[in-house]
Formats: sequence, C-alpha cells, structure tokens
Amino acid sequence: MAKTPIRFSHNREEKAVFVDEGANLLDVLRRSIGDLTPKYGCGQGTCGACTVLVDGAPQLSCLTLAETVDGRAVDTVAGLSDGARLSALQRAFMDNFAAQCGYCTDGMLMSATALLKHNPRPTREEVVEAISGNLCRCTGYEAIINAILDASQGGARRTG
Amino acid sequence: MPIEVRTHATLAETARAFAASRGAHILGGGTVLMRAVNAADPSVATILRPADPVLRQIRTEGREIAIGAGVTMAEIIAHRELGFLAPVARLVGGPQVRTTATIGGNLFAAAPYGDVAGALLALGASVVTGEGRRMPLDDLFRPHAPRAFVATILVAPSRDFHFVKVSRVRPKGVSVMSIAANLPRPGGRLQDPRIVFNGMGARPMRAVAAERALSGQPLDAATIARAASLAAEGLAPEDDAIASAWYRREVAPVHLRRLLEGAA
Amino acid sequence: MPIEFRKDYFADERDDDLNEIGKPTQRQDMTGHVTGRSPFYDDHQFDGLTHIRCVRSPHHHARIRRVDAAAAERMAGVRRVILARDVPHNLNTLLSLLDFGLDDEELIASERVAYRGAPVAAVVADTERQAREACAAIRVDYEILPHVLDVEEAIKPGAPAVNDAYPDNLFVYHGKYDHQKLRYGDVDAALREADHVIEGRYQMSPIEQAPMETCGAIAAPETNDRFVCYTSTQALFFSLGTAAKLLDVSSARLHFIGGTVGGGFGGKVDSLHEPLAILGTMLTGRPCKYMFDREEEMQVGAPRGAERWYLTDGVMNDGRIVARKFIGYFDAGATTRLSSYAIIKAAGHLPGPYTIPNVYADIYCVYTNRTPATAMRGFGITGVDFAIECHMDEVAERVGMDPIELRILNAYRDGDMKAHRRLAKNTALIECCQVAAEKAGWGLSDAARLASSLRDGGGARAELPRFTATDENGRVSGYSSGSYARGDGAGTARGESPPPPARSAPPPPPRQRPERAKPDAPAYREPQREPAPATAGPERAPPSAEPHRPDPNRTEPRRGPTRFSSISGFRRR
Repeated sequence: MAKTPIRFSHNREEKAVFVDEGANLLDVLRRSIGDLTPKYGCGQGTCGACTVLVDGAPQLSCLTLAETVDGRAVDTVAGLSDGARLSALQRAFMDNFAAQCGYCTDGMLMSATALLKHNPRPTREEVVEAISGNLCRCTGYEAIINAILDASQGGARRTG
Repeated sequence: MPIEVRTHATLAETARAFAASRGAHILGGGTVLMRAVNAADPSVATILRPADPVLRQIRTEGREIAIGAGVTMAEIIAHRELGFLAPVARLVGGPQVRTTATIGGNLFAAAPYGDVAGALLALGASVVTGEGRRMPLDDLFRPHAPRAFVATILVAPSRDFHFVKVSRVRPKGVSVMSIAANLPRPGGRLQDPRIVFNGMGARPMRAVAAERALSGQPLDAATIARAASLAAEGLAPEDDAIASAWYRREVAPVHLRRLLEGAA
Repeated sequence: MPIEFRKDYFADERDDDLNEIGKPTQRQDMTGHVTGRSPFYDDHQFDGLTHIRCVRSPHHHARIRRVDAAAAERMAGVRRVILARDVPHNLNTLLSLLDFGLDDEELIASERVAYRGAPVAAVVADTERQAREACAAIRVDYEILPHVLDVEEAIKPGAPAVNDAYPDNLFVYHGKYDHQKLRYGDVDAALREADHVIEGRYQMSPIEQAPMETCGAIAAPETNDRFVCYTSTQALFFSLGTAAKLLDVSSARLHFIGGTVGGGFGGKVDSLHEPLAILGTMLTGRPCKYMFDREEEMQVGAPRGAERWYLTDGVMNDGRIVARKFIGYFDAGATTRLSSYAIIKAAGHLPGPYTIPNVYADIYCVYTNRTPATAMRGFGITGVDFAIECHMDEVAERVGMDPIELRILNAYRDGDMKAHRRLAKNTALIECCQVAAEKAGWGLSDAARLASSLRDGGGARAELPRFTATDENGRVSGYSSGSYARGDGAGTARGESPPPPARSAPPPPPRQRPERAKPDAPAYREPQREPAPATAGPERAPPSAEPHRPDPNRTEPRRGPTRFSSISGFRRR
C-alpha cells in the first residue's frame, strides 16, 4: 500500500509520519503518533468526539484526510496541560463535574479551546453554539456549559 | 483496494485527471467523501485533491461574486460581501463541519445535506468548471447531468432572498427539508420567483407549480395560500430515518406558507 | 439547580447524619477524563493489531444456503475468515450463567438468520479497510423466509417461527407457561362489580442506548497460554463467563480488563465482542479488535425492547381502583438476551405504586425478527410505568377526579400487601405527589394534603386476598424448568404449594388459539461439550491446544437459595 510522508506540528512538536493513502487524521493520531485523546465515536462527523484543532480551527479528525494537515498545526487534548499542571479549562471541567463517562470530554475540550481562543468572553448562547457539534450521551451539557463559562475571562457563569 | 490520492497544483491538471478517470472523486472539505472512505465504499477508489489557490478565493466580478469551490462555510460566514449567504452557511453542521465543508462540495452533497446548493439554485447561481465552461446551476441538478468538476460558483447578491431550514434539534440539527426562495417584487408584483426545496428528493428541486402560482402576483394572503397548497407538487420526497415522505409532503406547504408570510 | 432537602418527611425513620449525600464528590477517574488519559478499551495499543468485521444479514429472516468465502480468504491482509463452525460452542443465552432459559443464540449464524444484522461470517484482517473489503467479497446465498415484526402477529397461528428454542415465539417461564403470570385476588369478579371498567392500550418503541463509545473488545495472546481481553463491557464477569462458554475454555485462561466504559446505559452487557475478539486471536495468534462502527451500534446493537400493554381497570365512583388487569407483550427481537428477565422485573412491579386488591397479569416475552433487545436503564419497568401513569390519567378523567388526588387515594401506604405478596415499606408516593403539587401550584383537597404514607396502611390492607383465581392458561409441555425456580424453596412463594414437576403436568386446558406442534423431546439441549471438529488443515487447528483437559468450571450450576434471588424476584428474608 502506498504511503505518503507528511510533516506537521503536533501539540507544538514537529512530527513526520508515513500515512496510508486515504487514512484519516484520527487513525494517524491514534495509531501512528500514539495520541489517544481524540476518540472514535461515529466516523461520520456526527458526534464530535474526534475534534482536534487544525491551525487553531476545530475540525473532525475522522473526516480529515490525513495528508491535508501536511505543514499545518494539529492540537489535541494531549497538549492542553503544562506537564502535570492542568489548564484553566481542564480545571473548570473538573470543578464543574463536567465529565461522566469521559468519552466526549476530549472533543468538548477542543471545541471549547477553539471558542475561548477567538472569543475569550463568550455568552452562554455562544458556548452552546460552540459545542453544538459535540454530543454527550450522559446528558452533561449543563455542567459542560458552566465549565466553559467558568474558564472564560471573567470566570463567572453568566446567562446569555 | 487501497485508495489512491492525487494532488494537483493547477485547475487544469485536476480537470484533466477528472476527465481521464471516471471513478475519480474531487475532495472538497471531505465531510461527505471521507465518510465513504471510512466505510470502505468501493465506489471511492481515486481521490483528486485540487490544490490550486484560486479555489479558495472570493472576488467580485461585476454584479456577481465569484466563490472558489474550496471556500468553506466558515469563510462564507466571515466574508463581508457574502452576508446574504451567511444565514444559510451558519446552519450547516456544527462548528467543526463549517471549518472544513466547502461550497463546492455542498453542490454534490445529497439530502439531508446540500442546503447551500438549494440556496444557490434559488439565487440563480452559475458554475464554472475546471475547464472554464460556464453553466447555470440548474443544469448541474438535471437528472442524468454529466459529472462535473466545479471550480467556481458565481452568484449575484439578492435582497429578496429568504431561507428556512427545518430541523428538530437546535442549534445543530439535521435538515428535514430546507426552502430557499428568491422573491423579487419590482412594482409590488413577483417577477421570476424561484423557490427551491432541498430534502424533497435526492437533489435540490424547484417548486415549479408554486413558482407559477406566485409569478406576476402580489404577495398577498390569497397568493400565499395558493402557492403553499402547491408546494410539494412535482417534488419527490422519500422515506428516510429523518422523516417519512408523507410527513414531508404534509409539512412542506406549512413551511412554505410561513416563509412567504415572513417575506410579505 | 440546588438540591432541596425535605428532611421534615420521615424524620423519625433515620438519623440525620448524612455526610456525603448532597455534597459534590469528585469522580476518581476525573483527572483521566480531562487529560484524555482514561484508558478506554480502544486505547490499548498492540503491535500487529488486526481488525474484525462481520458479514451481516441484510434480511430480517432467511435460511443460509451457502457462504462462499474463498475470494475473501485470498485477499490482501486477510488473516482468517471465521464461520459458524469455527466457534467451539456456538450456542448460548446470556442468562444461561444464571441457568435461566434455553440457549438460543449463535455467535455466528450457521443455518438461519432471524434479524437484519445477524452475523454470518467474520473476517480478521490487518486493516479495518481490508476487513471491510473482504466482508464485501464474501458471497452468502440466502433463501428469504417470511418474517414477523409485530409481537401480536408473531403469536398468531401460522406466524413464522423465529427462534428454534421456542418454536411458538414465546419464552417459556418456569418450564410451564408461555407467559409470566401474576395472580392476586379475583380480577374478573372485581371488574364485574366495579362502577367503571376502563381500558387502554399503550406501547413503547425500541430505544437505542447510543453510547458515545461503540461496543467492542481487543484480545491478545498473553505469554502464559492465556488471552487478555480489553473490553467496553458493563458486566465483566458476565462477559468472561459467556466467552468461556462459547469458546469452550476455562475462564482461568481468560484475563479480562474493563472498567472504563464510554457510556453504557445497559447496552454493553451482551458480551458479543469479547468471545469473537478472543476467537480471532486464538485462530490467528494476533491481537484482534472487534468494534461496532456507529451504524452497527444503532442497527445491530441491542436496544431497550419494544413493549405493548393492555390495561383494564375496575374503578369505583369514588376513585378507588378495585381491579387492574395487564396483558403485556415484550418484543425480545430474535433471541432472548435479557428480555425474559425484564418481564420478571415488570411482574414484580405491578400494579405500580398503588394498593389494588385484585391484580392480574399475563406478560409475554415474544420473539420477532427484530434486533434482539437487552438491558437499558430500568428495563422492564419504564414501559409499563408509562402505561400505568397514562392510564391513571385516563381513569381520573373518566371518574371526574383530579389526577393527583386519584394517585394519593390509591397510593400504597406502609404495611400494605402488594400484588407480589410482600408488604410495602418505606413508601413515599403520597409525599412525592404532595410536593410535586405544591411546586406546580396545583391545588389539592385537605384530605389529599393531609394524607400520609405512614397512616391508614396495613390492617386489612396487609392481608392476602381470601381467594385468588388461578388458571392453567398458556400451559406448555416438553420444557424443563432447569434449576431456576426448582423446588428447593427459593422459587416458592410463601404459603403456596411447590409447582408440580413439569413432566407430570396436567394436560393444558383449551387455549384461545390452537396449540401448535411441540417438539417431542424436551427442547432444552444439553450443551455440546465435544471439542469442535477440526474442519481444515493445520492452520485451522482448534483454538484450544488441549481440548480434553478437564475444566474445573464445568460443574453443575450451584443451586443455593440466594443464587437466583435478584432474578426470580422471590427474595428470601
């Protein structure tokens, strides 16, 4: 099977891998890079569990042809914390009990990261919109919304 | 069979490769095509990746705006000149889909996707192929239309454009149907109204009977009622997991009436 | 929303020394969740991991004439095609571990498929794509059979037989009846004397659990002649026992690791993935992953089953419900899985949280050509509760009563006898109704506001009915009850004589529908314990190197009185 060499920045580190033609970014991250934080939930762009940032924009890694990230920057939950120190967003997820089974959490964190980067003071409505492509089946949306609002500048939960 | 992915630097090269390989698929954002790849769909064996930067450009050409087929929904939403399309693009998928899904890809995305295509059809848009051939979008959606590599979409902004997407979940819900309508009323009477349903068949379809009922009429209650009653005529809704054909036929007039009332 | 404590209720029944309730407590796995390091089964990495995909029936019901895997076996990356004959003991029912019901499901279908999505063959290949393509290359010649998708259609004479173990499309309870009975008092007599007889029909569609993580397992050889299996199961020991049985190996050779489940909600108990992943590993020597994709999770993964209920209430003008009759149909789909157990739970729940002196229920576990149903949050209870509470509103409207008042009037009180012959205790429906009404600004009469679960119960209400009408409707012969509910006392309700042995049962009384032919021999088949025949060359050696090694697990099931307590509903006190 033909392999295509690609290079990209993965959580600010340069990575070079050979990918199968047609391989999606989710498989490459999980199998080739060993970054297991993006999750397979549907393989069809419905659930958001595989969300990563490509050049800062949230993207579904299961629907991203791996070679399209050649020369670009891919960020995942594995790069959120600074060593053992959790990021403010991760902390807020903990403090707000915003995870139950934990399977949607990685995708939620990345969608929230993208939102807060471009909009540090989102309204509640904007938070809802930002995670509208991420499903949670344990019905923890309220806690997740509160966590993202807590992590935003100002920090207090506001109603939008 | 392993997949073959070929990247071409220019439109012309992509167009040649597309013409040469009947089974080749053009990669837009991948939100539809990669689903098929993930499912090992045997009809997807060759993927063409057009890398020509022109595909990512948005520029004004006379009274039309030329949108490269590779422009994403997020880019449409962010663009100053494309405000009339932004409400449609904003309703595509979730944030992650909008950063990747392209306007060119949407033209080939079967229902329940393809709402942007419906909007462009209502706006009377044209497309330019990779070979530089211009044709009305209507031609692309005719039954048995030859396959095409669309490079650019040309669309004139309209102040008479109205759009509604019917879905059960907000903010991100799959489309039961969408209605796009361009309803110019010079002198108070409708002139060449265009109404397009998406989700009432595999491809976006014009509600010809309803258009005829509106044409030359003022947008009053009687005209709206007549047009609404003809909404589903000539359309071919299907049963799927989202809604039954029966349901779609029943609610199409209701949603068209609401759209027209909102426009009046 | 903040928790509101109502410690004024039942204050004398407990010490007010709760230290944890009402206070947030951090999950022990939360750090793993927010850092993406929680180890879900798919997060275990193996060199040379292979992938299993199944060929699935596109038909609701069909005979398998032939499976041609020759082309698939030659395809690049294909390590092995697994067919029914490769499964060492290819027949199981999930609750056989509790000795409840007959084995009625194959891991891979051999001769017949009875639902759309039933696995007919499995492919082990180096990549998922290769496995998918090889599946597409396997030719299955089906003879399409008539199918039935509705519970009441399925039990009509002449309906297609869905399940070989239960040819009448009905699970057999206690080796005796084609339905689960509940008899308490004399419902028919009470209905005759009631001021109103109110009927209703309610149904609930199947509901998919739809966990974010799809069901699956990864198996790999260990160095000590064991197999490790990382799994999404919610029922680790169920899955372990099921895998040991289907693969005909000692469970001591299986090393199961679970615990981090990406959402289950009941849908991850069916233990379909672990045995096939391990079998793939046994046959190829490779680590194998078997994972549902999303489409399989939705179509093949077992949902909460559909239910249909007919309710008939006898009600007096003052709102007292004097009789309640249930006819219930659970749609098990093509195999039993946990539907038989759901009905046991349902029977113990009737007639809802109300004290009704005459209660009758016939509950049928029906096989149809739909996806087999399984557990989901309160299964067995939710459907009938929906029916009961809808019906309470109907009753309230018919007798012209406020629906909350009707519930308070009929609510069980502490000390009341319930239809399954246990005294109610710690009841609180009245108080719940009162608080709900108060929160909703819903006016209640003084009597309803002053009612209490602690008052007016017991006494005459604690007595068993003087007469309970019983019958032999739905009696079947030819089935052994197994050890479940055998006469060791565990399955015998207080004050009632033990059931007669199934073999000397009286002939069944005339039934409403013609009796269909029963198999002459008992339908219960002793599990085949011979090693699987080696059907091919050396590369197809049986998975177990020593198939004749005595297995310490193969003792008779234990029959302690508490062994089946949770399932029988006859808990010993």
